[in-house]
Amino acid sequence: MKNKYSIFSLIKNAFSNHENWQRAWRDPEPKKEYDAVIVGGGGHGLATAYYLAKKHNLTNIAVVEKGWIGGGNTGRNTTIIRSNYLWDASAGLYDHALKIWEGLSQELNYNVMFSQRGVMNLAHNLQDVRDLKRRTHANRLNGIDAVWLETNEVKKFCPIINTSQDIRYPVLGGTLQKRAGTARHDAVAWGYARGADEMGVDIIQNCEVKGIKRNGDSVEGLETTKGFIKTKKIGVVAAGHSSVIANMAGLKLPLESKPLQALVSEPVKPIIDTVVMSNSVHAYVSQSDKGELVIGAGTDSYVSYTQKGSFNIVEETLKAILELYPIFSRMKMLRQWGGIVDICPDASPIISKTSIKGLYFNCGWGTGGFKATPGSGDLFAHTIANDEPHKLNAAFNINRFVSGDLVDEHGAAAVAH
Amino acid sequence: MFLINCPYCGERDQSEFVSGGEAHIARPKQPTELNDDQWAEYLFMRKNIKGIQFERWNHAHGCRKWFNVARDTSNDKIEKIYKMGEQPPKL
Repeated sequence: MKNKYSIFSLIKNAFSNHENWQRAWRDPEPKKEYDAVIVGGGGHGLATAYYLAKKHNLTNIAVVEKGWIGGGNTGRNTTIIRSNYLWDASAGLYDHALKIWEGLSQELNYNVMFSQRGVMNLAHNLQDVRDLKRRTHANRLNGIDAVWLETNEVKKFCPIINTSQDIRYPVLGGTLQKRAGTARHDAVAWGYARGADEMGVDIIQNCEVKGIKRNGDSVEGLETTKGFIKTKKIGVVAAGHSSVIANMAGLKLPLESKPLQALVSEPVKPIIDTVVMSNSVHAYVSQSDKGELVIGAGTDSYVSYTQKGSFNIVEETLKAILELYPIFSRMKMLRQWGGIVDICPDASPIISKTSIKGLYFNCGWGTGGFKATPGSGDLFAHTIANDEPHKLNAAFNINRFVSGDLVDEHGAAAVAH
Repeated sequence: MFLINCPYCGERDQSEFVSGGEAHIARPKQPTELNDDQWAEYLFMRKNIKGIQFERWNHAHGCRKWFNVARDTSNDKIEKIYKMGEQPPKL
């Protein structure tokens, strides 16, 4: 049983210089066999393991991670959480996640610092205005909070935005989802890891998958750098490396992996208390609790696994940021990094069974998977445990690329997340 | 971020070029005879290789010509550049 985190445990541990905190999760060696193995110890993978144990009583399971948990895209994103997607299937999926976010810190007894500071999406041309108004109506029909703001209301909600109509891409209005916001990305991985570990899940770090052993049309186990692990169910949540894992099983996926960049500035006093996104000029910004501006840039146009990204992409984003927020013109950027995102042709994820029995994929989250972490884990766990999708992820099956029943979120979501 | 040696213009910054994705995906000769699986394979399924991948690139802000590139996607190193219509090199 893990000790409960509380104000009292904080005070108690302060007296021993915080040297006697209990381990948050074990560091086990892999067993010979598990009922299920999750490949990928990011937020989605750990959440999947957590819900498999909690809701489906599958506790003889493991998460294998090539590096350290939360070291991939979970620790590299801009932490934005929202559910104002256009299509019904996406609205259902992302709002399911948002509802779990609202109680997640209490459920995990781990402060994920979920902050519903609102997300505003700006319109810069007539088509943006039409699209965003349409999306607002669609959201409200799906029970998702969304309002349209005129330019003066945008200025009132976030005073540092330059709403002059003389700039190259003037602000013509925007939408606001007040329940949306941000969370502490690392804490999400750590919270789920601690919760899963407590229920007996083995979290095995520094364990890279080298091969998938098949017996005809079903899986038999995984070849890893820590030896062979026998299992009948494998759930792959490997983000940018999904195609690499699929290739080991002889599968091909409709994915392209590309670098997506983000950057943070030096920390300053509170200046922006919401998240502002601008799809058509591709700039989005929020401020972390440490005071850094968190800025998201775009993807490179080519396939790459380098976790770097090109300078011209950052330059484009900063140009747009400076035009919209002239107040940031003297800010210094501290760090820049890239993550490898796996993008589907319709910019929607895959949470699905495959043609191989016992092999499941949760991938294709592209540039915006963080917001879905709890919902993705919950629905993927359901899919693995029952060998059938939940009704909320039925539309996100892999066969939609054959049937043509795509969930095309390019217009609504693909540019900025 | 890397340099690409355009076979027509010489070495230029990657930002002058547009990636056309995986190369050597032939357009079906008889589109009406394809079933749904074959269409999905042609339209959507990609190798997405970590390692040496054959790609099409277009010098969009230069000569606007297309050509093929063999590039290692794990470190962005270009192994070989060859013209459209040529077979992929053995590397």
